[in-house]
Amino acid sequence: MSGREHGAAGVRALGVDSARDRRRRRAGVAFWAMCLGATMVGVVALLVLLTDVLMDGLGQIRPEFFNSYASRFPERAGIKAPLYGTFWILGLTALISFPISVGAAIYLEEYAPKNLFTRIIQVNIANLAGVPSIVYGILGLAVFVRWLGLERSLISGALTLSILILPVIIMASQEAIRAVPDSIRQAAYGLGATRWQVTRHQVLPMAMPGILTGTILALSRAVGETAPLIMIGALTFIAFTPEGLMDQFTVLPIQIYNWVSRPQDEFRQIAAAAIIVLLALLLTMNAAAILLRNRYSRMRAG
Amino acid sequence: MVSAPEATGNQLAGPLASSRRRSRRIREGAIGTLLFLCALVSTLVTVGIVVVLVKETVGFFQEVSIAEFLTETRWTPLFSEKHFGILPLMAGSLLVALGSALISLPVGLLTAIYLSEYARGRTRAILKPVLEILAGIPTVVYGYFALTFVTPALRLVFPTTEIYNAAAASIVVGIMIIPTVASLSEDALRAVPLSLRQGAYGLGATKLEVSTRVVVPAALSGIIASFILAISRAIGETMAVTIAAGNMPNLTANPLEAIQTMTAYIVSVSLGDTPFGTIEYKTIFAVGFTLFMLTLAMNVVSQVVLERFREQYE
Repeated sequence: MSGREHGAAGVRALGVDSARDRRRRRAGVAFWAMCLGATMVGVVALLVLLTDVLMDGLGQIRPEFFNSYASRFPERAGIKAPLYGTFWILGLTALISFPISVGAAIYLEEYAPKNLFTRIIQVNIANLAGVPSIVYGILGLAVFVRWLGLERSLISGALTLSILILPVIIMASQEAIRAVPDSIRQAAYGLGATRWQVTRHQVLPMAMPGILTGTILALSRAVGETAPLIMIGALTFIAFTPEGLMDQFTVLPIQIYNWVSRPQDEFRQIAAAAIIVLLALLLTMNAAAILLRNRYSRMRAG
Repeated sequence: MVSAPEATGNQLAGPLASSRRRSRRIREGAIGTLLFLCALVSTLVTVGIVVVLVKETVGFFQEVSIAEFLTETRWTPLFSEKHFGILPLMAGSLLVALGSALISLPVGLLTAIYLSEYARGRTRAILKPVLEILAGIPTVVYGYFALTFVTPALRLVFPTTEIYNAAAASIVVGIMIIPTVASLSEDALRAVPLSLRQGAYGLGATKLEVSTRVVVPAALSGIIASFILAISRAIGETMAVTIAAGNMPNLTANPLEAIQTMTAYIVSVSLGDTPFGTIEYKTIFAVGFTLFMLTLAMNVVSQVVLERFREQYE
């Protein structure tokens, strides 16, 4: 960073460099250092967090860890049940939330008349995105577990997480659909295509990379959620893998919470190991989202 | 959006095409209705949240007076001698929100200024995704970090720190919401037209002066909106505070003591075996309703700030 950047350059060019200019320049350098320092707070915090987790947990990751159920003995405990549960929840949540969210986004961007009701739906979606996740858990408990009688099952959990990420996928999809140039729609309408034909054959293919990226990122949020699933009563001690929609289940974050809240150090270590597995899964999902975006943007360019 | 007349080109195609046209129209209408229903789901979710919370909260207030809920200073619904004062939980939530704001607001804003005013293309391209990772880490992981790293570190400095304490929770929640402040504030800063900066430079201002006296004031509505949104997220944060701050309804301003937030209380009740329909069960909804209204109010205020006080250039 040169002195010129921090200012009073014009004055210096004239050969006048008073004590006041030097003070202003020093203040400029100090402010730059402050901003850089603040940026580094986040970066350093991330590095410390990752190092802390890796140092505690890396030694615990053995093949048996993936293939054992929870146990009172930390050395025998594993993550088989929560790992299966997480994949079940991930798949079901994707199946439920994707079609509804994309349908809503298509409606709002391509079909909705510009009236008060549309505006209410839109404002409502923005507000839903700011509702704390635990409130969705309360809703899931009252509606899915109790009212619909779905009990503390996989489907209750998947439905709860689906409505949690609904606004996220809708907003990402809307952005992707909005980015499709209007000229494409006009050309298709000009050839006599109906609204659905234009949407299905022109708009959706072009918006799909953006929609999928947003969906994967939203799903990775669902995979990391703990509180809503505790609310609907996902269990922490389960010695079986779920086989159907109505089975009880647990997921990685809940297992981590269970182990963290025990006082023994050994359980904290396997909690760290489970965190490493969870973070690796999230990293894979995020990498997939980025790859997808890059690949499609290259295809479109080429 | 382009408004399209249904089935345009077919008007002159004659009777042969008419049945095809009709089935096409029916299909188009059905698809439109289906898409509308999808959009309606989000509205139903809001209605569901409000109905569920209000219904059970009304049931709660038939047994507990609103006056007691708002003024009593003890919260002991699970004890034999029951008191239902939300103040200790509210104070716990606000203590964590305040503590995390002390970290995330200045750090987030300065980060935003660095990214928008100082960082060049490549530095920015690396720093932004790295900071986004902070927002993507599950909150239960932050809880682990608070309990196993932040609290031991705090105890080295302040030996009286309790194992569960508000300070460690505040620190990790503060870290967690840095990206919220940084990215929304950066958007606001970058939206300030270059001509304003150039005008100030032309008058001989330094970069510090341009940033703090021209760019930040011009982006103030966006920055304040990001602050409010971040605090609202801190109030709604659940797992990190449940793990690190304790489960002890405690009307205190001392961050080194164990407390309980509204969110942590809701979790602690649902972990236990609380039978449906009891007063203990209904407290979940009363506390949840309070939490929902508080965060909703803050989100709405943040949107109003953004829209009403937006500085228009052009």
